Amino acid sequence: MSISSTFHKWGSPRWFYQFSGKLLPWLAGLSLLLLVGGVIWGLAFVPADYKQGNSFRIIYIHVPASAVAMGAYMTMAIAGAIHLIWRMKLAAMVMKAIAPIGASLTFLALLTGAVWGKPTWGTWWVWDARITSVLILFFLYLGIIALHQAFENRDAAAKACAVLAIVGAVNIPIIYWSVEWWYSLHQPASISFTGQSTIHPTMLRPLMATLSGMYLFFTWVLLLFVRVEILDRERNTRWVQDQICGESR
Amino acid sequence: MYFDTVGDFLSMGGHGPYVWFCYGVSALVLSILVGVARSRRKQAEQQIRAIVRRKKASSSSTTQH
Repeated sequence: MSISSTFHKWGSPRWFYQFSGKLLPWLAGLSLLLLVGGVIWGLAFVPADYKQGNSFRIIYIHVPASAVAMGAYMTMAIAGAIHLIWRMKLAAMVMKAIAPIGASLTFLALLTGAVWGKPTWGTWWVWDARITSVLILFFLYLGIIALHQAFENRDAAAKACAVLAIVGAVNIPIIYWSVEWWYSLHQPASISFTGQSTIHPTMLRPLMATLSGMYLFFTWVLLLFVRVEILDRERNTRWVQDQICGESR
Repeated sequence: MYFDTVGDFLSMGGHGPYVWFCYGVSALVLSILVGVARSRRKQAEQQIRAIVRRKKASSSSTTQH
């Protein structure tokens, strides 16, 4: 299959709706299994941290929420670029669907970080590079949601949001490397893909479970939102009406 | 199980309130996301059904006349 025909297939809302429908039960089941299983594992079975005590157990939701919030932003920026360059409507729908999910995950990252900070650092909040750049990520998501609602015209809204999403993507590497570039209260990354991780394997395994669970959860909810968007936009087409009201007409 | 008693598990050496609050709010926020997606889906389905009903009604009235 050539690249352009694959592209057309993926860009077709109808094909995407039917394909994603088959993935939904798998994504839902697997994400909930990994999230619930990983959290129980991390809360009840992993030994306490020798320095932080039990407050470290917040890691099993804080790191997945933060990592997926950043990954979601990159996905949104890429979808925005695809929409701008190739005018793919599906990419605009994905971009619109990601914003509220990403905002929710960033909110969780900030909140669980603050609650973790209190017993560990003795403060809920500091204006350091990592925390401030994640706060900016939260405002970027809110900005995209607001921008979407500010436009009457759907295409104009998608264009403006795509530009904001792409420009805001510069914040992602800043978040990622903030703990190394600036002196920060936030601990540096414990998981390394290139060298030795500084987190003990017994603590790492449940984190891998909740991290992959959160990525799958994000994909699941994203598909749910995109499918609603497809139904809304294509409500006057025959295939959507057949899909919802059955073939018997 | 790392903890000896259920009480230990809940209190987590004094960190219990922080830890349980985080997981409680996270469960709530993630469920709200799924709930919002489901309710929007229902709304969209209702609107599509209404369109189909109107279409049927108008086509049957034009064939009768």
